[in-house]
Amino acid sequence: MTATADFEVRRHDSFGLRLQHLLHGNPVLGPLAVLVVAIVAFSIVNARFFSAANLSLVLLQVTVIATLALGQTLIILTAGIDLSAGAIAVFSSILMALFATDAGVPAPLALLLGFACGTAMGAINGFLVTRIKLPPFIVTLGTLTIFFSLNSVVSNSETVRGADMPGLMTWTGEAIPIGDFRLSYGSIIMLLLFGFFAYALSWTAWGKHVYATGDDVEAARLAGIRTGRVLFSVYTTAGLLYAVAGWILIGRLASASPNVGTEYNLDSITAVVLGGTSLFGGRGGVIGTLIGALIVGVFRNGLQLAGVEVVWQGFAIGLLVLIAVSLDQWIRKVRS
Amino acid sequence: MRRFVVAASGLLLVFAGAACNRGTGEPVVGLITKTDTNPFFVTMKVGAQSAAATAGVDLQTFAGKVDGDNEAQVLAIENLISFGAVGFMITPNDSKAIVPAIDRAHEAGMLVIALDTPVEPAEAADATFATDNYEAGRLIGQWAKAKFATEGKDARIAMLDLNANQVSVDVQRDQGFLEGFGIDVADKGRIGDESDPRIAGHDVTDGNEEGGRTAMENLLQKDPSINLVYTINEPAAAGAYQALKAAGREREVTIVSVDGGCPGVDNVAGGVIGATSMQFPIKMAELGVAAIAEYAKTGVKPQNTAGKDFVDTGVQLITDQPQAGVEAKDSAWGKQNCWG
Repeated sequence: MTATADFEVRRHDSFGLRLQHLLHGNPVLGPLAVLVVAIVAFSIVNARFFSAANLSLVLLQVTVIATLALGQTLIILTAGIDLSAGAIAVFSSILMALFATDAGVPAPLALLLGFACGTAMGAINGFLVTRIKLPPFIVTLGTLTIFFSLNSVVSNSETVRGADMPGLMTWTGEAIPIGDFRLSYGSIIMLLLFGFFAYALSWTAWGKHVYATGDDVEAARLAGIRTGRVLFSVYTTAGLLYAVAGWILIGRLASASPNVGTEYNLDSITAVVLGGTSLFGGRGGVIGTLIGALIVGVFRNGLQLAGVEVVWQGFAIGLLVLIAVSLDQWIRKVRS
Repeated sequence: MRRFVVAASGLLLVFAGAACNRGTGEPVVGLITKTDTNPFFVTMKVGAQSAAATAGVDLQTFAGKVDGDNEAQVLAIENLISFGAVGFMITPNDSKAIVPAIDRAHEAGMLVIALDTPVEPAEAADATFATDNYEAGRLIGQWAKAKFATEGKDARIAMLDLNANQVSVDVQRDQGFLEGFGIDVADKGRIGDESDPRIAGHDVTDGNEEGGRTAMENLLQKDPSINLVYTINEPAAAGAYQALKAAGREREVTIVSVDGGCPGVDNVAGGVIGATSMQFPIKMAELGVAAIAEYAKTGVKPQNTAGKDFVDTGVQLITDQPQAGVEAKDSAWGKQNCWG
């Protein structure tokens, strides 16, 4: 078998093998199929599910997680993992809220300071991973605890009320009605960010370097890619994205609460995995992640409308994750 | 006389042990809370500290990392045993799993008081100082029943609970509310086994704003005619209100809650929450410290409230829409007595 014939599908290949090749070439197809099937199934169970109002709710409910998962995707593409995503988002949201209220900083500046803090937290992760050469799992396990602790200290565990904040802080929660579909500014920001990073990963040198570093860091280094810089940029960018998620979160709650988001760290990883991005790095993409986040949202909302008990909702989502990872492994076995 | 000398020297030994470890002559009293992030426990800690200063005891505080963190609490008890503490108060993260550690503390001669949440079995602790959560639920249920009767409205009820684990506090508030509203709760120890058609549905909130909002959004999709919302606590209520506001339903829907935290009382004053049942965490901590200080002096253990298997630290309905036949205080009183 010659190298050029590696991925050619021949006529007599079985259906399973063709599917394997198809998914290998288009990692988004699997999650997309799951999403479509889920939407159809839930619509049959409860007619209310497939209404503009309900579907706009699902989008609203996954906006924060999707934004977090966007940053998480960049990191997982480099074969890393970020357990501190939710902690950075919640801490950034508290910081920007406190800048705008207690510190009396003008709202746009408070917002930028919050973004700067999130970026700095991401940079700390990046520094520890690239310079001190610690495994990402350990680094972010440590910083997760640190950021949540600082978050409690800074906020005194008290919610900052939306009424005390300038309008800009909660602006992301306002929505444009399109018929029955309510599109929030937070969701618009999230979708624009996804568009931007989908482009950046596919069409810029930086994007190619991210994939190369995740696929084989040693080979990438030998090919002249400054892998340390690529990794540092990825963690730092993710920190900024988490801070934006924090701003969207303030809009959603109409307040900044230090006691939310403990589940966000893992929820963001769930969305990435369901979206077909491989935890082994180098394969996947952000559009899959958006679909992955929507799958979680559709299941939570749909199972509730179908009258399924809460206990089983978690069970269903856990099962989905295992199926997604198994599928990923199977696709990677495309014969060479 | 001889017995007195033995007792006195025993006490002195305990104090000496504490002194060796802590460097002060005061008896060591422990406070172990579920977390040190929840304002409820932060308030409790502040109350305990001021009571400790008054009673002349050395307060050592510990907390779990997250809700449900049993291990950190076991560790705290082990530390207190090695300090030679006279006793401690604990809000157990895991009511059953903490009992063996409490038994060891008893072997070391300590007084153990459960605060806010009973241990299982309740007798494993010497006393429990807590809110009657069933009563807290019943009060907001009675208030809602009276309000709906006055306005001649049929209720469609959304139940926003804590989580899927049927935790005792969660169960008691939920079932108390339903009973107060006049609904047959079937098994008092289980959420969700009721068949009354007035209940539109249950969902879980994790007791925070985000969870409250998402749960309310989904239940409104399930049944847009919901007009009465029970919430496990005030952060969940604040989140539910945001969902109702986004749907343009906040004026027709009544929210009831439990806690009496200052932000929650502000929400009662602002019309976000119709009525809430206030708890008194500072009182819990003060009574706890006083009881342990008393035990250190005289060896006397605290007594339960008559007819209950715990010391009831009281609950007070707070509302700005008083209903006939339901005793309540307004939000101004609430502001003076709230916590957090």
